[in-house]
Amino acid sequence: MENNSPTTVSGKIPFWRDVRVLRVLFQGIFLLGVILLLAILYRNMLEGLRGLGLTLNFNFLQDEAGFDISEGPIAYDPSDTYLKAFCVGILNTLSISIIGIVCATLIGLLFGIARLSSNWLIRTIAAAYVECFRNIPLLLQIIFWYTAVVAQLPNVRESISLFGGAFINNRGIYLPSPEPTSSLKIWLWFLGAGLLLAVILYIVRWRQLQQLDRPGFPAKWALPAFLIVALCGWFLTPGRPFTLDLPALQGFNYQGGMRFTPEFSSLLIGLSIYTSAFIAEVVRSGIQSVVKGQREAARSVGLKEGQTLRLVVLPQAIPIIVPPLTSQYLNLAKNSSLATAVAFPDLFHVGDTMMNQTGQSIPVFAMIMVSYLVMSLTTSAAMNWYNRWITRIGR
Amino acid sequence: MAAQENALNDPIIICEDLHKWFDDFHVLKGITTSFQKGERAVICGPSGSGKSTFIRTLNRLEEHQRGTIIIDGVELTDDLRNINLIRQEVGMVFQQFNLFPHLTNLENITLGPIRVRKMAKSEAEAVALSLLERVDIADQAYKYPAEISGGQQQRVAIARALAMEPKIMLFDEPTSALDPEMISEVLDVMRELAHSGMTMLVVTHEMGFAREVADRIMFFDEGVVIEEAPPADFFDNPQHERTKLFISQTLQH
Repeated sequence: MENNSPTTVSGKIPFWRDVRVLRVLFQGIFLLGVILLLAILYRNMLEGLRGLGLTLNFNFLQDEAGFDISEGPIAYDPSDTYLKAFCVGILNTLSISIIGIVCATLIGLLFGIARLSSNWLIRTIAAAYVECFRNIPLLLQIIFWYTAVVAQLPNVRESISLFGGAFINNRGIYLPSPEPTSSLKIWLWFLGAGLLLAVILYIVRWRQLQQLDRPGFPAKWALPAFLIVALCGWFLTPGRPFTLDLPALQGFNYQGGMRFTPEFSSLLIGLSIYTSAFIAEVVRSGIQSVVKGQREAARSVGLKEGQTLRLVVLPQAIPIIVPPLTSQYLNLAKNSSLATAVAFPDLFHVGDTMMNQTGQSIPVFAMIMVSYLVMSLTTSAAMNWYNRWITRIGR
Repeated sequence: MAAQENALNDPIIICEDLHKWFDDFHVLKGITTSFQKGERAVICGPSGSGKSTFIRTLNRLEEHQRGTIIIDGVELTDDLRNINLIRQEVGMVFQQFNLFPHLTNLENITLGPIRVRKMAKSEAEAVALSLLERVDIADQAYKYPAEISGGQQQRVAIARALAMEPKIMLFDEPTSALDPEMISEVLDVMRELAHSGMTMLVVTHEMGFAREVADRIMFFDEGVVIEEAPPADFFDNPQHERTKLFISQTLQH
């Protein structure tokens, strides 16, 4: 009977029962374990490197690379250094990621909105698109585009010609590219004048809006004014500021213009389509998350459809869309390392070759990982900034 | 009946043989009625009787498939211009308030006047502040809807509708989503509005409010108006069996 009374002795708690002591103790033990594990791994690595006769440094980056890279935005020669080869890889990853993100966003936006269409056919096609492309492994899709589509295009002699200026064959897609001429300088003066006029008109319009005490778009006059001046300048400039460099058949191949290689094209198509299916879902769920009552309230105060979307629906949908959209951008950038499947010389593919040639797998791996990390964190930061900015605008 | 006595006056809403289907479900089965300028009508009936749908067709939140609606001389058709014109004349208050969560209470109210009525910002703000004063929550102007109580939100919603200077106010169960202690503050605002001569159509279960304020009570059941009468007749001398049952059930508690 007496045993049932609570033991509320106010004396000291023995340390093995004291929650505060135990908490610190367990964390200390865990931390010790982690440090021990890392130390063992580091020692193993150093021993392994010593066994291979290697030391841990980055001096090899100044050595001659000695391998060729099939494409890149900057000129590169096998006699250049490993560092330059690595830079070509980074630039290739950046270009595929940026172009891929733009394409995936546009396609995803289109299909996301299409999924909400009141038209049964459009809605169903969009749903089929999303379900098809987001449920097949990306690697499979990239290889499909490469071997089953791009490689099956006609050969150079039988190229598909678009408007006589663009050509598609199994060696790539050839597009005309603009080449600056000597009269570009004159046109740049026009552009400068247009910009000045635009700034003045922007300020005038902004002041006017302040005076009218109305919300509005202060660049409403500035933007068209700039475009008109730029366009007039284009025609008034003696000679054209740019000429089009058309690809033309010379010998066994097309020369001139811009060329997208089969590797780049199939990787871009694969990444864009795969990611766009996810983006479509992000857009759809974001817009649907704004409840029906919001549209009804907007309509009942007399807002038109466009105003309802711009002033009520989007300001609520965008903050919901942006975080998962950021994840999709990061996924696309990281998935671009599947480039190695079609031998597109991206960051990982070039890095892999460097590792094979030098045996410096740890420094190279570290460089690759840090590069991806920097790219991803930059993207995240930019998107977070955009989200904060757009939510402030909405108000 | 009161509505017929007034019929010679000045109807601001005229409905003729109004029909509405949700797919196969026939919600409104031929409503023919009219409302006078300044009339205060309370619409009641069991859930699913079409009473909410009826007032929602009056500003085209729901399309009607047959019959005509004429509001202040403008016929509600598929013509976008007419729809926009009518929506500016008709204010609406919802059960779930539907305030815009990304805007302050003040901005909720000024949005319509600035964007639709093309009013200057400072002028719209002055109007909004005086309306907030009228619904007795001027001190909440710069807060966001999520920061105030349900009763206060509904009063902001009423102020938002009034800011468009509507000729008609529609209330779709304005107190049904409120905690009991907040119902009276919203009904007080509506009562004040009724005394100011506003034309009001109120879907509600607040029978005390109906008896006190309404000129006419309409009883909906299964998509038709089965009885309409001034409150005294409606409560004390209901004609229809269904009405008698409804009144006995709602007045029991």
